[in-house]
Amino acid sequence: MIKFETFSGIVAPLDRSNVDTDAIIPKEYLKSIKRTGFGKNLFDAWRYLNNQDLKSKNSERELNPDFILNKSPYNNAEILLARENFGCGSSREHAVWALSDFGFKAVLAPSFGDIFYSNSFKNGFLPIRLKTSDIDILFNTTQMIPGFKVTINLEDQHIETQDKKKFIFKIDINLKNRLLEGLDDIAITLEHSDAIKIYENSRVKVVPWLFKDI
Amino acid sequence: MKTLYDKLWDDHVVHAFNDDTFLIYIDRHLIHEVTSAQAFEGLKLAHRKLWRVDTNLAVPDHNVPTKNREVIDDPISKIQLETLDENCKDTGITKFDMFDPRQGIVHVIGPEQGASLPGMTIVCGDSHTSTNGALGALAFGIGTSDVEHVLATQCLVLKKDKNMLININGEIPKGISAKDIILSIIGKIGTAGATGYAIEFAGDVINSLSMEGRMTICNMSIEAGSRVGLVAVDDTTLDYVEGRPYAPKDNWQQAVDYWQELKSDNGAIFDKVVEIDATKIEPQVTWGTSPEMVISVNQAIPNPSESDNAIKREGINNALNYMDLEPGMRFDEIKIDKVFIGSCTNSRIEDLRAAAAIVKGKKVSKDIKLAMVVPGSGLIKRQAEDEGLAKIFIDSGFEWRDPGCSMCLGMNPDQLQPGERCASTSNRNFEGRQGPGGRTHLASPSMTAAAAIAGHFVDIREFCDD
Repeated sequence: MIKFETFSGIVAPLDRSNVDTDAIIPKEYLKSIKRTGFGKNLFDAWRYLNNQDLKSKNSERELNPDFILNKSPYNNAEILLARENFGCGSSREHAVWALSDFGFKAVLAPSFGDIFYSNSFKNGFLPIRLKTSDIDILFNTTQMIPGFKVTINLEDQHIETQDKKKFIFKIDINLKNRLLEGLDDIAITLEHSDAIKIYENSRVKVVPWLFKDI
Repeated sequence: MKTLYDKLWDDHVVHAFNDDTFLIYIDRHLIHEVTSAQAFEGLKLAHRKLWRVDTNLAVPDHNVPTKNREVIDDPISKIQLETLDENCKDTGITKFDMFDPRQGIVHVIGPEQGASLPGMTIVCGDSHTSTNGALGALAFGIGTSDVEHVLATQCLVLKKDKNMLININGEIPKGISAKDIILSIIGKIGTAGATGYAIEFAGDVINSLSMEGRMTICNMSIEAGSRVGLVAVDDTTLDYVEGRPYAPKDNWQQAVDYWQELKSDNGAIFDKVVEIDATKIEPQVTWGTSPEMVISVNQAIPNPSESDNAIKREGINNALNYMDLEPGMRFDEIKIDKVFIGSCTNSRIEDLRAAAAIVKGKKVSKDIKLAMVVPGSGLIKRQAEDEGLAKIFIDSGFEWRDPGCSMCLGMNPDQLQPGERCASTSNRNFEGRQGPGGRTHLASPSMTAAAAIAGHFVDIREFCDD
């Protein structure tokens, strides 16, 4: 996984609450067996006018001119600004893959769906919880100033806007380090292989039926 | 003094990291075709082996057609199903294929086979894994990276949730089912009401509910934001588990002794407690595009101007617009196009019995374009046929299909067309969930069955008296 570094990016405001993972990437587009290529169908139902069209290539489909990510400069946005409970619903990691594939590196919201939040960190993607009042300020500013940029500094856990406002955020230390160092979760766990074996050896004595073959 | 969740958690801690995250051992991993391919690919690329092959169980469900499954028209669905076949073959994972009578929706077959047992940690790359919590198991949905993590290590790195108790007491009124209970809870606490919490459902009502009903309730915990829904083990649980194919036999008594401890201690502290008066629950129907947008069947469609919060008003307006509804409308003036009885929420035998009891001797309204019943597994299908339920549905004008996720999410040929309105026993009424532009109203099996007969939702309590 690549390391998460401090960066400045354009903020795209998506002014809706409870944006579910079905909306982020509709199930029609979950059928790939790869992790890439989902970006073109990110927010598909809102992004294209004819969202029932599964036959045409995406490049031939008519874009909804009113949707934020179809407008310049937001088509180059790297930070998504959202309302509460972003990423609720289905566990599909494809939602994170689609956001990443589009070019987003982070999403700012007051709260997130639990599984989406956890999936994000497995993909070098940063979900940031901010106070609702901070999110309100960012919505006001980004809606007034198209192309408004902020800098995300994960190391110091703050966001700095182009007009020099600073917002602090909280994050678990382990999650933060995994992103900063681009660590492989499985490799970290496998360092504890002995502990897993010890657990299994003691557990099988208590609950032997759980160690029978399926 | 520990809660049930605390006990399940403590029993599975392998290692505590230096912050508040833990390495948690996973006893059972259920696999389906949509969220596993990339995980197997990741293992191959890293040259990693499975930690424990024998604890995984795979089944195709999301993409499988519910009729004529010999031919799969969609080439991409076909690739996903074939990829699952290959991955299971390469690794030695047990899989029920599409033509196996044990095949069905992953969350239905886990308990049905005894592959999901009390006291286990159970994961699956699907958010409705919470269904299995009805057995007194710690069961939750995970993303594909975690699927890979479990395959490689049999563990997950997790942070412990907070404890929430939802107490449901009082006599359940006639016509009210587990689905109405959970929908009304979601309506009350909201779709993020339990985010960050593990919910334990308790009280007289839960004690008297069947396992099927408990599964319906735990299934939709995620619709209230919680990954985990739990019910304590009691005699109902033990009676359900005994004799199932993968349930312990030689160790049965040892297992029972262990399982009987799987309840919250008296005086255990919950971070949040919600009290529900079951006597006040009315038949529930969702009107909007989030499961929290739910009202009693006799209530009018809400008016956004009655909300004091600008974001909520906007949400209601968006939902009304998408659902093509006006404030003040009543359900008897909202015509239904299609009816779906199925999904991991409501496709078990008890659900089919409840729906069949309503439609017996009656005909599906001529205004309904398609009414279908999709049993949760091949075994449920067979049982329903043996009990004569299939004949009741077919005589009424329902299509009687083969098991799968079907129109709950429309990754297979069962989909709504744009603008179509569906009465559905499934779990999500999100925009486009049942097909692009489709409109979903969630309700109980009996309410949905009655809607098929009337052509619109009706109050099941009055329908019963006819």
